[in-house]
Amino acid sequence: MNVIEASGLSKRYGSTWALRECTLAIPAGHVAALVGPNGAGKTTLLNLAVGLVAPSAGGVTVLGGRVAGSPAALDGIGFVAQDTPLYKNLSVADMLHLTRNLNRRFDQAAAEARLAELDIPLKRKAGRLSGGQQAQVALTLALARRPRLLVLDEPVAMLDPVARHDFMAMVLTAAAADGVSVVLSSHVLTELERVADYLILMSRGRVQVAGEVDDLLACHRMLTGPAAEADRYTERPVVQASRAAAQAHLLVRATADDPVPAGWEVHQVGLEELVLAYLRQPGAGALPGPARSRSSQPSEVTG
Amino acid sequence: MTALSMSARPEEDTSLRPVPWRRMGWVTWRQHRVTLAGVVVFLGALMVFLWLAGRQLHSAYAAAIAACHPANPLTCPNMVNAFNGTNDYLANGGILQAVPVLIGAFAGAPVLARELETGTFRYAWTQGFGRWRWALAKLVLLAVVLAAVAGVFSLLLSWYYQPYFAEGNQAVSLTELTPFFTGLFNLRGIGFAAWTLAAFAIGALAGMLIRRVVPAIAATLIVYAGLAFAVGGWLRQAYMTPVVTSGLNVPGSAWIVSQWWTKGGRFAFSGFPPGRLLERLCPAGPPVPVGPGHGQKAAGLAECLTQHGYTQWTSYQPASRFWLFQWIEGSGLLVLSVLLIAVTVWLVRRRAA
Amino acid sequence: MTALTTPAPPREDASLRPVPWQRMGWVTWRQHRVTLAGVAALLGALAVLLWIVGLHVHQAYSAAAACRPTSSAICDDMFGNFSVMDGFLANGFLLQALPALIGVFVGAPLLAREMETGTFRYAWTQGIGRLRWALAKLVLLAISVTVASGLFSLVTTWYYQPYFAASNPVPQPPLAPTLFDLRGVAFPAWTLAAFAIGALAGMLIRRVVPAIAATLAVYTGLVFAAGGFLRAHYLTPVLTSSLNVPGTAWIASQWWTVTRSGQFAWAGRPPMSVLGNITCPNSGPPNGKPTMVSIEQCVVQHGYTQWTSYQPTTRFWPFQWIEGGWLLVLSVLLIAVTVWLVRRRAA
Repeated sequence: MNVIEASGLSKRYGSTWALRECTLAIPAGHVAALVGPNGAGKTTLLNLAVGLVAPSAGGVTVLGGRVAGSPAALDGIGFVAQDTPLYKNLSVADMLHLTRNLNRRFDQAAAEARLAELDIPLKRKAGRLSGGQQAQVALTLALARRPRLLVLDEPVAMLDPVARHDFMAMVLTAAAADGVSVVLSSHVLTELERVADYLILMSRGRVQVAGEVDDLLACHRMLTGPAAEADRYTERPVVQASRAAAQAHLLVRATADDPVPAGWEVHQVGLEELVLAYLRQPGAGALPGPARSRSSQPSEVTG
Repeated sequence: MTALSMSARPEEDTSLRPVPWRRMGWVTWRQHRVTLAGVVVFLGALMVFLWLAGRQLHSAYAAAIAACHPANPLTCPNMVNAFNGTNDYLANGGILQAVPVLIGAFAGAPVLARELETGTFRYAWTQGFGRWRWALAKLVLLAVVLAAVAGVFSLLLSWYYQPYFAEGNQAVSLTELTPFFTGLFNLRGIGFAAWTLAAFAIGALAGMLIRRVVPAIAATLIVYAGLAFAVGGWLRQAYMTPVVTSGLNVPGSAWIVSQWWTKGGRFAFSGFPPGRLLERLCPAGPPVPVGPGHGQKAAGLAECLTQHGYTQWTSYQPASRFWLFQWIEGSGLLVLSVLLIAVTVWLVRRRAA
Repeated sequence: MTALTTPAPPREDASLRPVPWQRMGWVTWRQHRVTLAGVAALLGALAVLLWIVGLHVHQAYSAAAACRPTSSAICDDMFGNFSVMDGFLANGFLLQALPALIGVFVGAPLLAREMETGTFRYAWTQGIGRLRWALAKLVLLAISVTVASGLFSLVTTWYYQPYFAASNPVPQPPLAPTLFDLRGVAFPAWTLAAFAIGALAGMLIRRVVPAIAATLAVYTGLVFAAGGFLRAHYLTPVLTSSLNVPGTAWIASQWWTVTRSGQFAWAGRPPMSVLGNITCPNSGPPNGKPTMVSIEQCVVQHGYTQWTSYQPTTRFWPFQWIEGGWLLVLSVLLIAVTVWLVRRRAA
């Protein structure tokens, strides 16, 4: 089952296209990271998936074919928006009560247990909590609804490192223990490296890279060699080249089986390196081909 | 990657001169231009409407005067009735009473409340200008502009209501209003501008105390209404000691504060005679010609009681004190507004964000 | 840190029954209880004030009505005293502001605040769905506001009753604009309409303070339009050429024609040019000034007919129901449009 499936999805605000021709299929059972610079369309994509916005073209379905925004879709998705909107003048207990009233399923006991572990007082008004506490409350509310899919829009942007760590730990526990699929967008790459096993990279309203992290890392290599020869390298598609004095670093699409030319060294690539390289080359892409098996090879590099 | 180079820091000003006040002029305008434009458009539209309605009223008044000097027995009452019926929904002030408080609430309450509610005070109060100077400049600028605009508007208001208060109205039995008529007093002269200023100041303080825009607007409406009723109902009549007279010829334009009756030097009753007394003393007097104007109707009752030895005492404010009272009220409201704005600025200074 | 343990997930409901409506009752109350309490407090305080003052007014009226003989100066004085009591409530202006205030402060922030603060991103992604959430809130608040103002209008109807009573020598026309919509069914209907206008304005403008301003402007315009033009035409006015139009009738228009030819002469009151050229015997009371009726009788004697088109007093309740009816239809329409906008809105 695909938790989010988009085909030709596009969204325009006025004369600006926030999302162009987005086609992707995020399989269930993963923690998918949605990464990209500001203005890439991450929030737009997530808003489309949870039904807050209607597309200008194309369509998106969630949780195996449910129309985004339909009652069936709303029932199965827990969403935490950017800036974690809570009703500032309601207490935490009131927010629990509110969410319980507005949904079919709500695990009050689990939510209260979580908040007690986090030392968040139930009587305090949501507006008086710290940023980290508000994010935790919002996540608790979303998880207590027992969703199949958890969608988080820049959840850790406002959090300090400890709060960030605790937040992601809670997300991972939910993913592992309850089988909740997670799609979260973020800037903070170092966190994602530990957490995500599916990567979607967006840039300027288009999906640039989409695939399982293991597969992506397995078919990219970093070649280091003399700068003079870098221009003549054509054995494998080059994603991004950077030069420093006499040396050149080439990020290429190659697996462990591909031969290394003489005079060059090969290294494996880390996720952050990979992401940064693609972000610097907006024209490059690595999208899964039509046969979506576990070991699918990415299609050829465009642009 | 290319290194980001920073240009050299501009020469530091060692004397640390404060940021000049006039910069706040542009800041205030830019942040509140929608509000100010809205107020101007609103009052402008009202002025157009009042001018059209006022021309109608003034021509009806001129026709009535022409018909009644010398008094033509037919046309005079006709024209008088026509005048009395013109624009009667404005004759008592009516909806215009809402204008000062709406302007004050919508202009004053959001000034500080919006900053506090949205959190932008964390930007505004950490700029070089300093928080209390920022607040003072904004409030004073907006207050002055609003009072000026309201002052211009009230010129037209005074022109509109002028026929009701012209000299010699009673002689021709036109609508006789005392200049102190509660529904109109704070719409004329300097009252309108003063009340608008007071509403603004109340709004600003409410915004600072309540820190949320919509509750601050509601609070401003309530406090203003309370103040207006208190002043109109009790305070205004006490600005100066009322004149006390025992004659029955109180001028029709006077503002009667209270009336009471004595007999033989001792207090008998106040206001209207009690029913039992009436039945005993004045069961049914001869029918007195019903004349226009309330003053003449009471003649029957007053004469009857006087014949039985009662003396009527009236405490009133003569019409000639109108402008004196306007200045008293205006300066009182000005002092109140200054005080409220000062308290607001002091709260800004003191508040631990 | 301790591992957060989660109990087993509750059994899924395969039939996907929707979230029941009554949950929205608590939701609406909890989110809007301050506003609702404020409305209740305001109406309560005003009701107490009206009751206290109203007792005085009713006493003065009954004393005046019991006065005999009815046409003496003394009794005139008593009615005069009664009619100048509490001027600030008698012309109804203050109470006219109530429906506007209630509608503005309950209706406009309802959706505008959610949009302005971004909390709609929470509310519209809950299981109940945005359509039912909005509909339940709007309907619940509309009913609350209408009921509260309906109860209040019982008090105002009782308060103003002496001004319209039959034995009052100078009764007000019951259809007069300033007091018509404070009584009977009209007051709650106008409150409901103000609420609906506020809700739609909030959804269109999406910011609270501009929505409040827009609601006030639109509501004021509607009140003036209804009082000035619409209400006069709910039912075809009665047309009469007699001079004895009952004093309590609400006169829509008057005009004069030439009796012999039926040709239109002038509208409203006879102009000075005509009055200056006719002489009338002094047909009024001796030593008194001619009344309007005597002027008209004189003009009639000179060959003119006065036509009056008016609404008689008996039509008060039909007009109340008509006005209440179209305001109700308008409110339902506005709320429907608001809900449709909620459904359609792309954030």
